[in-house]
Amino acid sequence: MSTATRDQLSPATRPRRGRPPWPLVVPAAIAVGFLLVPLVGLLVRAPWRSLPSQLSDPLVWEALRLSLVTASLATGISLLVGVPLAWVLARARFPGLALLRALVTLPLVLPPVVGGVALLLAFGRRGIVGRYLDAWFGVTIPFTTSAVVLAETFVALPFLVIAVAGALRAADPRYEEVSASLGADRWTTFRRVTLPLVAPSVLAGSVLCWARAIGEFGATITFAGNFPGRTQTMPIAVYLALESDPEAAVTLSLVLLAVSVLILVSLRDRIVHTGTGT
Amino acid sequence: MTLDIVRVHRAVRSGSSSLPRSFLAASAIVALTALAGCTDAGGAGTSAGSSAPGGISGTVTVFAAASLTESFGKLGEQFEAAHPGVSVRFNFAASSALAQSIAQGAPADVFASASTKTMDSVVTAGDAVEPKTFAENEMEIAVPPDNPAGVTGVADLARPGLKVAVCQQQVPCGSTAQQIFDKARITVRPATLGPDVKAVLTAVQLGEVDAGVVYRTDVRAAGPEVKGIEIPAGRNASTAYPIATLSKAPNAAAARAFVDHVLSADGTNVLTEAGFASP
Amino acid sequence: MTDVGLDAAVVVDLGTFTVEAAVTAPPGQVLGVLGPNGAGKSTLLRALAGLAPIADGYVRLGDRVLDDPAQGIRTAPERRATGLVFQDYLLFPHLTALDNVAYGLRARGVRRRAARARAAEWLDRLGLADHARHRPRQLSGGQAQRVALARALVVEPELVLLDEPLAALDAGTRLSLRTDLRRHLRSYGGPAVVVTHDPVEAMVLADQLVVLERGRIVQAGRPAEVARRPRTDYVASLVGLNLYRGNATGGRVRLDGGGVLIDAEPDTSGPVYLALRPSAVALHRDRPGRGSPRNTWPGTVTGLETVGDRVRVALAGEPDVLADLTPDAVADLDLAAGARVWVSVKASELTVYPAVGEPAPADPLPG
Repeated sequence: MSTATRDQLSPATRPRRGRPPWPLVVPAAIAVGFLLVPLVGLLVRAPWRSLPSQLSDPLVWEALRLSLVTASLATGISLLVGVPLAWVLARARFPGLALLRALVTLPLVLPPVVGGVALLLAFGRRGIVGRYLDAWFGVTIPFTTSAVVLAETFVALPFLVIAVAGALRAADPRYEEVSASLGADRWTTFRRVTLPLVAPSVLAGSVLCWARAIGEFGATITFAGNFPGRTQTMPIAVYLALESDPEAAVTLSLVLLAVSVLILVSLRDRIVHTGTGT
Repeated sequence: MTLDIVRVHRAVRSGSSSLPRSFLAASAIVALTALAGCTDAGGAGTSAGSSAPGGISGTVTVFAAASLTESFGKLGEQFEAAHPGVSVRFNFAASSALAQSIAQGAPADVFASASTKTMDSVVTAGDAVEPKTFAENEMEIAVPPDNPAGVTGVADLARPGLKVAVCQQQVPCGSTAQQIFDKARITVRPATLGPDVKAVLTAVQLGEVDAGVVYRTDVRAAGPEVKGIEIPAGRNASTAYPIATLSKAPNAAAARAFVDHVLSADGTNVLTEAGFASP
Repeated sequence: MTDVGLDAAVVVDLGTFTVEAAVTAPPGQVLGVLGPNGAGKSTLLRALAGLAPIADGYVRLGDRVLDDPAQGIRTAPERRATGLVFQDYLLFPHLTALDNVAYGLRARGVRRRAARARAAEWLDRLGLADHARHRPRQLSGGQAQRVALARALVVEPELVLLDEPLAALDAGTRLSLRTDLRRHLRSYGGPAVVVTHDPVEAMVLADQLVVLERGRIVQAGRPAEVARRPRTDYVASLVGLNLYRGNATGGRVRLDGGGVLIDAEPDTSGPVYLALRPSAVALHRDRPGRGSPRNTWPGTVTGLETVGDRVRVALAGEPDVLADLTPDAVADLDLAAGARVWVSVKASELTVYPAVGEPAPADPLPG
């Protein structure tokens, strides 16, 4: 419905529901506790006193910069190729579509390290594709920043695709019919009607994608290796620091946590309202 | 812990040509690890409670440096053969990572480290007593069998454009490699800093890097899958391997027996065969 | 514009049933499509719009053949110059009213400023100049539907299709928008097809009417004609008539459902329809003595329903009948479900018209 619907009323005017029943409140509270306690632990055990000196270590900011840049690039690539893929999954009809859908969800169920190994076998110097890249163009991908972006894209792309495909499937196709009846060709309809209609889901999917990318570890360390400034992302830095300097590990974790919370909170409204469509 | 990742790492590394087989091995190991969790399930043999000659039984958990994988594996088999009723469970990883685990309270009986510094930190924390050095390991350059970059010695490692893998500084093999570089007065810009020596070896085996600095024992253990370029004695650096029982060992008796086995003549044989030097 | 207007005979296969209908609408005329839910009205509309493929038949608009499966001709919706107005407006929620109306123009390559200017003109014409910058969710139902209409008409389509355009509006808005709609559909110049389930809407908006039931046209003609002489129960109940079918022999009609009625047309014989307005039915508590009505029979009250300021009484008998009474009368006769009464109807109140077996074809209306 394009006129005022309940969904678009502000929370203040939406009809209030009664209090949730006890059998739901208790498990919900347990779930919240389960999620909160580790975070609280992180905050409580943080080396607050030595934090300033820890934070002055350039390695921290290098890893953060690298993580932010690669995650954003990975999200950008995911948008470029993922939105069209989502469209195909939601709208196209051809034999093997179910298979394609399963393929897209594969990185979700694959352990990230296995993903990293697979990427090596594909794009490594001896990989089925990589060997030609090396022989013909002298391009090697592993152990470069590009490898980080690739690894992150591999694991995070499905999140975006699934979110957008779901929204496209749920969207009212009659808007597109109206657009066609007004003389717009299919590309114009996609650009000016379909995409804006699913924009909230695209945004939410991008946020999920970005969050997954920035947290990626297994595939990154396997495919891109570890080198400060080039491939040492925050999660890798944390993992390695854990071995020798736990305080540094906590510091790094805090920084990553702070950045993530900042970004998620600033996009909170958009994410929450995704489910209600439009 | 996250050491599972390293374990898969290691399991996969065995042979770029026999990858399918090692993939199965990797999956099996991951599955077994997941099933075993923190409880004693054992890699081989039963963990029965029946008494055996010598009075020791049960499981003995050994935390050992990654470079000890093959030799200690063999020692474990020998030990189990000599003491039926005991099963040995290994945790191979970077020494520093293992030291951290022990500090965090991971249940282990024995700790064998690739550096005295790491062992010292465990002793200082009061978790280990009376470490004894049982082997020494020198380093060697590992290259893919066909040596595509034509590496001949340490000096080549500084060649621009050459892809080199080295352990990260915090682990023994990394600091030892750095000593070699310092001695040769070269600056090496690695493509990647592996979290442990096996990760570096894997990179070489997969052909992703042109050379890696690992222990001599690793080159030997990898067999035909890598080619070793020796580092002359004057330029080489080595690291000493101490072993100790842990103060909070759940199975102290078996722990002591295992340490004794490592230090025994049989143990030394196995180590020497693998390429370790005597301390 | 075009000479012949809309000329279509379509067969649409929906799997569970097919819609087979032939419709025509000369330029400047409004064709109403009336029918119960599930009759296939929207399907017919979608076929005309090019949104549903036709299995057989053709769709012609002016001198163009839009669809003809037999000859492999199929025109995509974007090339049909067809305006669509839906029941729920379907204004693009992310565009203002002005940009909504301008959308079609811009899609056809008109520059933004010119498109917005023309859009503004139309909004002005519909009295919505103040709402040009509003988003759809800020508009009332009536306003939104007006914008939807403007959006469809601004591109000067060759055919306008409206799917229950007033159904989502409240009664008051419906009234005012109905007149507006009528005015604009007349003035836009091309043929228009309006699907509706509201008979009054059909009466007001349409010049010609077709009644669609279960995918087939069961009646066609001018709205007044269809209402006066319904050929199906659906239409009859829609317009609130009693409808009977029977066999007439010289003024005496033996009804198919049981009973005999005397009509005032002794010359009509054969299969016939009898239409009887509920307001022409009288009820008595006791059997009437000698009187002028030729038709009296006993009945039992099965239901009472308030319709406007009257009470519609449903009676079972031979035949069943609906009678409209004043509330006073109902109280006076003490009518309630189960009450036994006598029904009387004058022969002259019965409208008789021949039943031809198949529904009558549409009146070809010149011009």
